[in-house]
Amino acid sequence: MTEPLLFELDTKGRRGYALPKLDVPTVDPADHIPTKFLRKQLDMPSLSELETVRHFTRLSRMNHSVDIGFYPLGSCTMKYNPKVNENIARLPGFANIHPYQNADSVQGALKLLKTTEQYLAELTGMDAITLQPAAGAQGEMTGLLIIKAYHNKKGNNKKKILIPDSGHGTNPASCTMVGYEVVNIKSDDRGCIDIADLKANIAPDVAGLMITNPNTLGLFDENIGELATLVHSVDGLLYYDGANFNAIMGWTRPGDMGFDVVHLNLHKTFSTPHGGGGPGSGPVGVKAHLKEFLPTPRIVEKNNTYSFEDQNNDTIGAVLGSFGNFSVIVKALAYIMYSGKEGLKDASAYAVLNANYMMKKLKDTYYVPYDRFCKHEFVISGKTLAKQGVKTLDVAKRLLDFGYHSPTIYFPLIVEEAMMFEPTETESKDTLDSFIEVMEKIAKEAVENPDLLKNAPISTPVRRLDEATAARKPDINFYQKP
Amino acid sequence: MKFSKEHEWVKLEGDTAIIGITDYAAHQLGDIVFVELPNKGSKLEVNKVFGTIESVKTVSDVFAPMTGEVIEVNDELDANPALVNEDPTGNGWIVKIKVSNPNEYDQLLDEAAYKAICE
Repeated sequence: MTEPLLFELDTKGRRGYALPKLDVPTVDPADHIPTKFLRKQLDMPSLSELETVRHFTRLSRMNHSVDIGFYPLGSCTMKYNPKVNENIARLPGFANIHPYQNADSVQGALKLLKTTEQYLAELTGMDAITLQPAAGAQGEMTGLLIIKAYHNKKGNNKKKILIPDSGHGTNPASCTMVGYEVVNIKSDDRGCIDIADLKANIAPDVAGLMITNPNTLGLFDENIGELATLVHSVDGLLYYDGANFNAIMGWTRPGDMGFDVVHLNLHKTFSTPHGGGGPGSGPVGVKAHLKEFLPTPRIVEKNNTYSFEDQNNDTIGAVLGSFGNFSVIVKALAYIMYSGKEGLKDASAYAVLNANYMMKKLKDTYYVPYDRFCKHEFVISGKTLAKQGVKTLDVAKRLLDFGYHSPTIYFPLIVEEAMMFEPTETESKDTLDSFIEVMEKIAKEAVENPDLLKNAPISTPVRRLDEATAARKPDINFYQKP
Repeated sequence: MKFSKEHEWVKLEGDTAIIGITDYAAHQLGDIVFVELPNKGSKLEVNKVFGTIESVKTVSDVFAPMTGEVIEVNDELDANPALVNEDPTGNGWIVKIKVSNPNEYDQLLDEAAYKAICE
């Protein structure tokens, strides 16, 4: 990479600022701190403020973010996060409070949390919400622990969770974390759950079915009512992975589809920063029969006064300190309130419209395996490029040269050479058209100059990286260089 | 050479079994970028996972087609995992084991039977 490390920019003696003249007596730390705790040398780089600012600014310019360009990563909802959210979260009344303050000194914050719970309950059709989980994966684990607590309390002997083969990768991982065995359910030729295969796997030891609706192919499973009945017939519970909630806000609700547990990703659907810009937030909603298992403490309201309630024998316990990622929740509530019911409904409608527009346009150049009306995302296959030896990975890398983030690739697993796009509602038709044009150009390049794609990206600060070795044998410590 | 339902192949030479993944499996996985190998001396148990293979698409378990002790691993795969794509049944072999139960070999599929399950 062209940008040196701070340690390489180090010039001994250089400082970011000068301290004022010492106006207290000097003491030797060795007289006050046991020597075993004292370090002889502190390896910190010495730089001026300007050098430091330029270093980080240069790094930031190498990054891709939704504020720089289109980010059509599937099942991730990389929508634009309005800056007003940030302004609101930074108001001193929100930013300068501490989680260990007495409840009577943070009544507004507690009211805000309670209000968010109520809005999310209304949007999902659930009876109670916890805002604690820090992100989607922790939300999944929380939801599954609740399912487990429910079965344990009833004395149900449950061992398995069913997951369709189009499911998100985190789903089986979360099930395994809480000690359930995962059973894969096949998809039918329309891309939805194969009812016959589900029936064949429904058994008394099934703890639940974990699905996204719409699923990772962007397809809404119209059989959801029948699926719910089947799972409930063995006292299994239905879990809703909310990663794709952006497709249905205000149009339909998991609670009405028969789901018992839901998690949402505020950092996807509710316009709070995602990925490195986080942290995330993964609230979990439950129907009334599971309320007693929710994490504690719960916020309760009595005569307009808010307090914490900790007494509950059946709770799964706290899953995160300090009641969740508060500032993220502030941003999400701001988004819900200024959008309003109609605004959220519109957001989902435009997300679905944009996805269908893109899919229809791309159909001329790429293979669409499930060619029917999609919701907020869709999947195409790069397998038609195989003749030239070009793979989906090459297309994804080439997109970087045009200033776009790549789509999700090789997922869902049931589509060969998959590319999964989610444009979101915040992109204009012009952006979508420019992107489609680039995708067509890349398809043409694949035929005329396949090497260009195989060597892509060529214009990024670093070229194609050895991602597997980087993940398996990371070299991230400056001082351990051979 | 015989085959398992989990897409491994076995060549039995005396009481040494050479094990790898099949051409079909390597093709399905796509570009292989990492092969996690067992340690020399470790025990493989038939039908149990003994390693993983990571491709650009996915991470997949590798199952032991026979029981035995690992006597040699293909260290070349560390530097060049793509060998599994290039020559899955030759230079892309994964481990050699000293088999504990040679009868397990008879339980494996012959080429025709394996081909039938791949279709």
